[in-house]
Amino acid sequence: MKRLLLGDEAIALGALHAGLSGVYAYPGTPSTEITEFIQGDKLARERNVHSRWCTNEKTAMEAALGMSYAGKRALVCMKHVGMNVCADAFVNSAITGCNGGLIVLAADDPSMHSSQNEQDSRFYGKFAMIPVFEPSNQQEAYDMVEEAFALSERLKEPVLMRVVTRLAHSRAAVEVHEPKAEKELSPETDRTHWVLLPGNAKRQYAALIEKQPIIAEAAAESEFNRLELCEDEPENKTGVICCGIGYNYVKEAVGDTMNVLKVSQYPLPEKDIVALAAVSENLLVVEDGQPVVEELVRGMLGADYPVYGRLTGALPRAGELNPDNVAKALGVESNKVYDPSPVLAGRPPQFCQGCGHRDVYNAIREVVAEFGDKARVFGDIGCYTLGALPPFTAIDSCVDMGASITMAKGAADAGVHPSIAIIGDSTFTHSGMTGLLDAVNDHSNIVVVISDNLTTGMTGGQDSAGTSKYEAICVALGVDPAHVRVIVPQPTKVEEIKALIREEIAYPDVSVIIPRRECIQTLARHARQKAAAPKQ
Amino acid sequence: MKKDIILCGVGGQGILSIATIIGEAATAAGLNLKQAEVHGMSQRGGDVQSNLRLSTDIIYSDLIPMGEADVIISMEPMEALRYLPYLSKDGAVVTSSQSFVNIPNYPESSAIDAELAKLPKVAKLDIEQIAKEVATVRSANVVLLGMAAPYIGILSTDELRCAVARVFQRKGDAIVEANLKAFDAGVAAVG
Repeated sequence: MKRLLLGDEAIALGALHAGLSGVYAYPGTPSTEITEFIQGDKLARERNVHSRWCTNEKTAMEAALGMSYAGKRALVCMKHVGMNVCADAFVNSAITGCNGGLIVLAADDPSMHSSQNEQDSRFYGKFAMIPVFEPSNQQEAYDMVEEAFALSERLKEPVLMRVVTRLAHSRAAVEVHEPKAEKELSPETDRTHWVLLPGNAKRQYAALIEKQPIIAEAAAESEFNRLELCEDEPENKTGVICCGIGYNYVKEAVGDTMNVLKVSQYPLPEKDIVALAAVSENLLVVEDGQPVVEELVRGMLGADYPVYGRLTGALPRAGELNPDNVAKALGVESNKVYDPSPVLAGRPPQFCQGCGHRDVYNAIREVVAEFGDKARVFGDIGCYTLGALPPFTAIDSCVDMGASITMAKGAADAGVHPSIAIIGDSTFTHSGMTGLLDAVNDHSNIVVVISDNLTTGMTGGQDSAGTSKYEAICVALGVDPAHVRVIVPQPTKVEEIKALIREEIAYPDVSVIIPRRECIQTLARHARQKAAAPKQ
Repeated sequence: MKKDIILCGVGGQGILSIATIIGEAATAAGLNLKQAEVHGMSQRGGDVQSNLRLSTDIIYSDLIPMGEADVIISMEPMEALRYLPYLSKDGAVVTSSQSFVNIPNYPESSAIDAELAKLPKVAKLDIEQIAKEVATVRSANVVLLGMAAPYIGILSTDELRCAVARVFQRKGDAIVEANLKAFDAGVAAVG
């Protein structure tokens, strides 16, 4: 049977059909649809597969490791920067090893469509010394998940799967098979693997090093890696190493007319690379993201062998691959006819009409103006980052999840006043709570605005971990209850919000203002669901 | 045979519903299909597009190379211009004539019309007005799909029409009927 699936959905269904028992994730573009698919799937519901959203990527990684410890197959999904959040647990999971199959899925976002950087998760795989899978299309993504679980169980190591936005968010028909049964509960019994005291950790690390030749062998023999040599001598003497979806752009441009090595499983198949180099005069590395493979191939072949790619300028150093920049690198002429129209204007994303964040920013902007150029507003990651754009131009920074509170604290330590943080509800529970505790312990003179829209809005309205708990969390962390202020952000209340902000700026310790009104997107969705529900 | 289609508009205008209908028709007809979508930040009132590739042969790239789109289907006239480098020499532009102005520097309508007039094949109509006349304004995107039907080619008008019915089936007969009327009105308007 064939099903039309997004790359993300193919991974989700592949995992379910491979006997998945739990997915653990925090929403993040372009990975969100994996968990959402499992949440909506009938088989997953029948089997009671765990799919509730986690508070952040670290809690997700650790819970998935716990499920693997218990002998079951687990999947943990995140966007690329989530790897930074869970890195401690991720790297150490390679030292403990796993029991049930464990796949860590990182969705990279080259071109930063919805991200703050272009980091390439394949580095993390190499860093942790575990196998990395990188599917080239939706079918391969589906098929690969089962292979990845099997390899994980054979090696007793977690494996990393890396996708990029263009595969995650593109649909194609996928041939699917019958679902397999879940693994039985069989918790680990050998404590020495799992208690990473130095003595045990040294043994475990030595064991991981000993597994490296087996991990390399698995990639060398992988069905996902393929050396495709032309039947006749190709006219073009460039051999092409294509990683992940790079393969598609190469095939689109040159068909079967060049010698190609398709790479979808790492470590790199060295024998194939040497073989391709032997029949080529030079190599072109086509990889999405950073020049991970290009650097490694240079090391393999030595300084005299010409290797081209992102480092040499054959392909752009930054930004995603596309059929046009790959064709150009291969010397294939473009069919482009029309130039971009000169009358075109940019259309950046913006807050929805009626969004509560608008009212919050209108108030903040006006109060901040009263302090001349003294005040600073530290922003965070979410829809409300759009407050950086006109007409608001209301935030001075946006760095990473939770950095609003801690940067406001550091700036206040240095003497900035007023120092204001603005953070969303979901981002606050993801990474803001620990920073707030630091600020409380230091009696930092900051105002923290938790703009609570009762959801994780940016990624499409997923449940937010702290809904209905924010006042309690802030008070429990030590904020004076008299300075935890809740208000409804709406246009008629902007003056009231302004007065609140002024009062809390005057209070020389940590204060929290919580403007709370449901996201209008989820509000509309809930109204539609209610209308569609059968009448009682 | 292959057809490369760019669907575009402003986040929230319903271009993914058009993609779903064409995708449904292509799947039923046994065609290969790839459909790259935009999710995430741009969906908040920014420019959005979807690359839809249909073929009787294998399709490698999820994205359409420049100069190879057979049709640009746009819910908004300026957004149609954004993808001109992707349009093939004889490619068609099927677009709504009504501007969606949510930016301060939106160009003069006459300048957009002049740019569109330079292209060989353009179908441009007030789809919201047509939708209002035959069904409801919510079906404007299906009017646009009807207008594009003759240019899609690899699928017949009837195959697309049947797909409209199947996609809206679970929303009830009245919605199916409204969207079929919208589709027919779009086909008739360019025929």
